Parts: sequence; structure tokens; C-alpha cells
Amino acid sequence: MNEFARRFGSFSSGHLRVWLGGSIVLLLITAAVFAPWIAPHDPLEQDLISGLLPPFWSSDYDSTYLLGTDSLGRDLLSRLIYGARIALIVAIVAATLAAVLGTVLGLLAGYFGGLFDTTISRMVDIWMSFPPVLLSIVLVAVIGTGLHSVIIAIVVIDWTRFCRVVRAEVLVQREQDYITSAVTIGLGRWTILWREILPNVVPLLITLLTLEMGIAIIVEAILSFVGLSVSSDQATWGGLIQEGRQYVHQAWWVMTLPVLCIIASVLAFNALGDGLRSMLDPVMRR
Amino acid sequence: MAPRFILRRLLLILPTLFGVSIIVFVLLRVIPGDPIVMMIPPGATQADIDNLRQLYGLDKSILDQYLIWFGAVLDGDFGISISLRQDVVGLIVSRLPATLELALSAMVLAVVLGITMAIIGTYWQNRWPEAVIDGISGFNQAIPDFLWGLIFILMLGVLWPILPISGRIDPRTGMEFTTQFYLAESLLRGEFSILADLVRHMLLPMVALALPLTAVITRTLKASLFETMTQDYIMLSEIKGFSRWRILIVEALRNALIPTVALSGVQFNFLVGGTVLIERIFSYPGIGNMAIGAVIDRDLPLIQGLIITFAIIFIFTNLLIDLSYRLLNPRVANE
Repeated sequence: MNEFARRFGSFSSGHLRVWLGGSIVLLLITAAVFAPWIAPHDPLEQDLISGLLPPFWSSDYDSTYLLGTDSLGRDLLSRLIYGARIALIVAIVAATLAAVLGTVLGLLAGYFGGLFDTTISRMVDIWMSFPPVLLSIVLVAVIGTGLHSVIIAIVVIDWTRFCRVVRAEVLVQREQDYITSAVTIGLGRWTILWREILPNVVPLLITLLTLEMGIAIIVEAILSFVGLSVSSDQATWGGLIQEGRQYVHQAWWVMTLPVLCIIASVLAFNALGDGLRSMLDPVMRR
Repeated sequence: MAPRFILRRLLLILPTLFGVSIIVFVLLRVIPGDPIVMMIPPGATQADIDNLRQLYGLDKSILDQYLIWFGAVLDGDFGISISLRQDVVGLIVSRLPATLELALSAMVLAVVLGITMAIIGTYWQNRWPEAVIDGISGFNQAIPDFLWGLIFILMLGVLWPILPISGRIDPRTGMEFTTQFYLAESLLRGEFSILADLVRHMLLPMVALALPLTAVITRTLKASLFETMTQDYIMLSEIKGFSRWRILIVEALRNALIPTVALSGVQFNFLVGGTVLIERIFSYPGIGNMAIGAVIDRDLPLIQGLIITFAIIFIFTNLLIDLSYRLLNPRVANE
């Protein structure tokens, strides 16, 4: 019984979350990659006579539009699927770049210390004291709108999340016996950093990266909501929310569906990240 | 309270603002994107464009533009908004009170809720109220104010429409305000039906802004209350026979608040930053909503004026936080 409880306990904490989060993320990836084949309509195709049609559960439902249409008669399901593309591109590219930048700086700051560490840590402190939403809007104001600007804004703002955690972890690892052994057998500093310390930071990084993807999806939604992301005729979740907000009393589903997509994907990335943390962390696994 | 400390901090404000203004001014101008193109009507000739550019001084070098702008700013003149064609200072002054009322109410709500939840969680430590409070703050922290705002609109504006989801006041009330501080003014003039309408409009954006901060305050304060409650002087109060409530609120809270206050400076600034988006979501007529419009229209004079305004708000928030930190923690003040 005890054994069962222990196993079930470890299963429900880590595996269940990884499975649940992972399957939603996988669904998202599938939708994004195969969008042109899955989407029943062209997301830009307008049909002005059938604007703001309700989804399938309503009695006025039109069978050609499973989830209804927006004010210009564009198919909502197709726009949501294409919106997943943009969300996922931003999530993967921005989070990975932020991770690379933050990790490199964090490794260097933590391992070499001294003036380098002081400078970087001070920079992280200053950076993190700016309100992120305001900073991202100002950044986009400076670099202009578009997908690349959204990605740059996220990388510029969120590298600190990785840098801070990686630096703290390197400080812990640096004092471990295996590093002393590595120094004793004469390994170079870069070799130690790359081959000994980095692999021990990777579990932490995977977790952070997954969580960051959820954050990036929200930032992209925010920027496309306020009209500072990709051009407005391209389908994005934030753009759909912005449009649905105007007709929320006539057609509440236009705003609700993308909000649900965002919440589901953010929760999925969070569950995946938390689950991976408890699975990859040997201390928590025990 | 050390007057020298306050004086030093106040003197530091000017160079900080000067630095912010230079960075913003230069950044906004070295990048591509022409504000003039946004405002010309179709069919304008090149001569029209040149005239407009000259009118707004955009034909001069960045240094000259900065000097002209800075000279005017010293006279309290931030220029004319390109997109709204009005005086920037006038625009900001008319919109700022709305944002200040929203942000301050949200902060008060977050502080009251956060402290209450932390105290309840500590009082019933290791029992179900603590678990409930931990659950709530975990949830609060995981969902950003943007999503809270949208969820509130759908739940309380559409599904169960009990609260307004746009604007600051019902236009039908027809009250003539002499200031832009509607909330304070209606309260002082005893117009309670107007006050109720203002509060109803403000409630959803205020709660959306307050929830993430509430979570931070609850978590930090609860952790330090736990720690404080194990200290010797608390045990002494227990021996003296004070009730647990009295010990928590009178003896422990003041000391336990120190880490929370230290942390809340940045968090308050995040809340003010969050107004930009929340005002947009709830069509609330503050400077945040105006800032997004200014960015979309590349309205350089307005963006500059607004960023300086936000910088001043952030600087004063930090100053107030530092002062209250010193009030709570005499050890720092005596150093």
C-alpha cells in the first residue's frame, strides 16, 4: 500500500502533469504545423453576409463554420488555428533565444565572478525593475511592429529570468566536489564550464524554457491585442480578442475562444514545465 | 526621519529624468518610421510633407531637436501631440488623474487583501484556511492581469452582466466635475450615487490589477510572519498571556512587514505599468490607454511626455517605498 501510494504520488505529481501539458502542447504544435491542411477555410477569406455567426452549439449555427465567424465573416476555427502558428513561432523562437542569451551570461557571471559578475548582476537588477508590459510596448514603439519586433522585445526583456537562475545554480555547482576534481585533473576553465557545469544546469533550463514559452504566448497576445504585433489582417489570438472585445455583447464567443486557447496553452506549458522539474530533479524524484 | 536623505533623493530625480529624456528622445528618432507619413491625407504633395516636417521641427538634426524640445520642456511645454493635435501637457494632465485613481485604488486593495490573507494564513497555520490561501495566491500569481481583465469582462460583463466593462463613468450621470479626480471629488462633494457609479466602473480593472500584487504580498508577508513568530520576543508576549491575534497584528506584523515593503517598490511599479494594458482592455480614459494610441500613431511628442510622466511616477513610488522602509526599520535609518 505504502509502495503504491509512493508510486502513485510520484506519478501524479510529475508524470501526469507532463502527460497532460505535453498532449496539449503537442496538439498546439500539430495545429500550427499542419494549419493549411487542418483549417477548413482560408483565415483571410471574408464572407460579409455571414458575419458574427454563432458556433455549433447554437440553433442558428451554420454548418460551414464550426466555431462561427467574426464580424467580417471569416471562419473563427481557421483563424484560431492560424493564430496558433504565430503564438507557437513566438513561443519557440523568443523563448529559445532568451534562454541562450540568459544562459551564456549567467554561466559566465556565475563561474568567473568578479567585475563581470557584478556588472551582469547589476544589469539584471535594473532590467527586472522595469514593468515588463510597459517596457515591451516602448520597445516595440522603438523598433517598430512586426513578428521580429515581438520576438526581439521578449528576448530583450526576459533573458534576465534565465540569467538570474543559471547564475545562482552555477554558484552552487562551482563549490561541488566534482568541480574540485575536474580542476585537480587539470581540465581547462572553459571545458569545466561547458562539459561539467552546463549539463547540470540543463534540467533547470528545460523547465525555465517551458515556462518562458507560456509567458511568450501571453506577451504576443498582449502585443497583438493592442495592435503592435503582426499586421492586423493576419490571424492572431490577441487580434481576435481585440476584435471580439468590440462585439462582446453581440457575439461573446469571438473573444471567449481565443482567451480559452491562451489559457489552455499557458496552463499546458506551466504543467509541462512543473512536471519536468519534478521528474528531472533527482532530489524531488526521491 | 532624516531630512538629508529625502533631500538627497529629491535632488537625484532631476539627473535621472534628464537621462531618461535623452535615451527616449534619441531612441525614438534613430529608428525608421515616419510620424509625418501617418498624418498626411492621401494626395498630399511633397511640399505639403516638407511643410509639416518643418512645422514639427522634424527636419532638423537630432541634437537640435533635443535642444529645442528640452528648452521648451524647461518652460513646461512638451509640444503638440501629432495625432491628437493638442497640447501634450494638457492631454496628460486631463488623463493622469484617472490613472492615478485607478492605480492607487488597486494598490490599496492589494495591500489590504494581501495583509489580511497573510495574517489569516499564519493564524490558521497548517490548517485548511492556510491551504486555501496558498491555493488562491498560487492561482493569482500564475494568471497575469491581462488575462484577469479578459476573464472578468466575459464573466461579469457578459455572462452575468452586473458590472460595466467600459469607460470611467456613465455619461448619462451628467455631473459637472471641476477636477479630473472624479472619485475624490464626488466623495468630497457627497455625491454618493455618482461615487457608486465610478466605483462600479472601476471595480473590474482595479481587481484585475490588484490580484497579481495581492499574491506577491500574501506570499512574502506570510513567509516573514512565520519566521517572526518563532522569535524570542513573540514567545515573551505569549508568556505575558496576550492573545494570538494581538501578537500577530500588534507585535509581529510591524517587523514582518519589512521584507514585503522592500519588495513592493518594484511590484507597485509593475502595477502602474499594468494600467497601460488594463486601461486599454476596459476602454478606461487614462494615460495608459493614451500611451498605446500614441505608440500606434508614432506620436513622438506625446510618447516622450508620457514616458517622462511614467518615470516621475516610478521615481516617486520608489522614494515613498524607501521612506516607509526606513520608518519601519530604524536600523537602516541610523546607518
